Amino acid sequence: MFSRTYRAAVTVPPLAWVAVFLLVPYLLMFCFSFWSVSSSQTIIHSWDFHNYKELLQKPVYWQTLLRSMGIAARVMLFSLLLGYPLAYFLSFYAGKRKDLLYQMVIIPLWVSYLVRAYAWKTILGSDGVLNTLLQYVHLTNHPLDFLLYSPFAVVLTLTHIYTPFTILPIYASLEHIPRNLVEASHDLGATPAQTFWKVVFPLSIPGVVAGATFAFVLSLGDFLAPLLLGGPSGIMISNIVVSLFGAAYDWPLGAAISLGMLFLVVSLLFLSERLENKWSFS
Amino acid sequence: MSTLTAVKPNLLSIRNVAKTFGRNVVLRDVSLETAEGEFLTILGESGSGKTTLLRIIAGFENATSGEVWMGAERLDQQPPYRRRVNTVFQHYALFPHLTVEQNVGYGLRVAKRPASEIAQRVAEALEKVKMTAHATKKPSKISGGQQQRVALARALVNRPKLLLLDEPLSALDANLRRQMQVELKSLQREVGIAFVFVTHDQEEAMVMSDRIVLLRSGELEQVATPREIYSHPATAYVAQFIGHTNLLKGEVRDGIARCGALSWKVSLPDGPALFSLRPEQLRLANSGVPGAVRVQGRVVQQAFHGATELVRVQCADGLVLVVRMASGAAVRDQLDLEFSAIDAIPVRESLERN
Repeated sequence: MFSRTYRAAVTVPPLAWVAVFLLVPYLLMFCFSFWSVSSSQTIIHSWDFHNYKELLQKPVYWQTLLRSMGIAARVMLFSLLLGYPLAYFLSFYAGKRKDLLYQMVIIPLWVSYLVRAYAWKTILGSDGVLNTLLQYVHLTNHPLDFLLYSPFAVVLTLTHIYTPFTILPIYASLEHIPRNLVEASHDLGATPAQTFWKVVFPLSIPGVVAGATFAFVLSLGDFLAPLLLGGPSGIMISNIVVSLFGAAYDWPLGAAISLGMLFLVVSLLFLSERLENKWSFS
Repeated sequence: MSTLTAVKPNLLSIRNVAKTFGRNVVLRDVSLETAEGEFLTILGESGSGKTTLLRIIAGFENATSGEVWMGAERLDQQPPYRRRVNTVFQHYALFPHLTVEQNVGYGLRVAKRPASEIAQRVAEALEKVKMTAHATKKPSKISGGQQQRVALARALVNRPKLLLLDEPLSALDANLRRQMQVELKSLQREVGIAFVFVTHDQEEAMVMSDRIVLLRSGELEQVATPREIYSHPATAYVAQFIGHTNLLKGEVRDGIARCGALSWKVSLPDGPALFSLRPEQLRLANSGVPGAVRVQGRVVQQAFHGATELVRVQCADGLVLVVRMASGAAVRDQLDLEFSAIDAIPVRESLERN
């Protein structure tokens, strides 16, 4: 149908792009993860598993990974708890205001991540908006220091940033539910609550799984929020990778951690895809 | 009215129901009674308000004014899930995440019936619609006709007093549709539940119903048995909507109706009049029949309809008559026709509404 030149012209550039900017870097990382650094700070091209061994043996790495997963899990949970009711309201009850409200969910995504993270810093800091207010109304007489530079701050900020990412797929899956199914359920004697739990929620599971995956995976790899708001107790695995590639100059270990996370994330995506397929009936 | 309403107690009573969507009037002042065990069809073109009326009975729409009663119970103030009414939806609305038997058992499960009772009643319902073999399949794995049966079983298993059916056969192809018409009718006889059946297909309405409610632009045009509505249409619209007819426009003076060159005796007051004459009431002239009205004309078109054919005959004064004749009858160019005066049924003019 199309000439060979045309097909080549549309397929080669994106393939080349993916090869040069994704496959080659991953391949390099893969190689680096087996190499090591000499005492004179040069990369030694020796092939062994010592980086991966270190990863498993030194508690600081897997504990940080566990903490990161804990933070990501909390972000996921709160995003779902906030996002589902909003998506449900938007889809079923917003009526004429649907488009406006939908835009209001999207708009925060246009604001730079950094601006939003700094905004939380201003709100949570010891001279911040929240502490000033609490002291002004005499709920406390000294600034609360657990607000900023804590896992709490990281979870709060990441939840704020990634909730729209959970709302959108949930909203999409709710929009796909034929409304006559809801009518059929009422017709058969099910109350609104029974209808929600027996019809609406099961049919929205693909959206919930997609939204949860977004929130978890995006939070797990995040390094700006912990850097700006996390403090020492809020360090996440990506911060370690950043410092290994930077100040610590241990690219091989950094590459090994990165590949470990890549493996984790790809497994999660695979699992979530299977879950979504199991629960979709179109 | 039909004798049915007189003999059997009333089940559903719709009183002066009206519905407007914004400035759009969908139903105006509709009153209707259905008897227990009756097969009532609401017939109308799209936009006639028939589906809206059904949705008001089911509870998916609120009437702007008027009341719906079932026996001594006022229905229109209850939410749909408290009404002892079940619906078969136009596109079946089966729950895609549940199997056939889970779909059928849904109403019993939300009513928290014991598991053993649910299992037994679901099995019976599936048996009744011949879907036992497909009990564990998901709706997406069965055909449209089978989904139709499941939807029917899902509604009937709850033993409603009244079953509402919203154009349930419209998505099926013609063959399956005719088969389902017969099955649905015999199922209705068997279970003895009153059906309110919505359709736009006049033939379907004629075949299945005890009574037909003809709705036009949100108003009742006529409520009668299929035979009555065919043989004595109340208005020109009914006469034309149900089957074929010839509308004769004329005038009555001193007990004589005149329509162009034709004239016959009537017992109607003086004034303009409209008559419906079914094509099969016209026959080849056979002098000797008393009271026959005779008319001559030229054949302009013949349409084959299987056992019969419809012949268009151009008569004097621009009058065109459609005549139903047995297929294969020798049709000449010129025809001498006649009809009996009593077969020209006076009908009301149908007002243009919108």
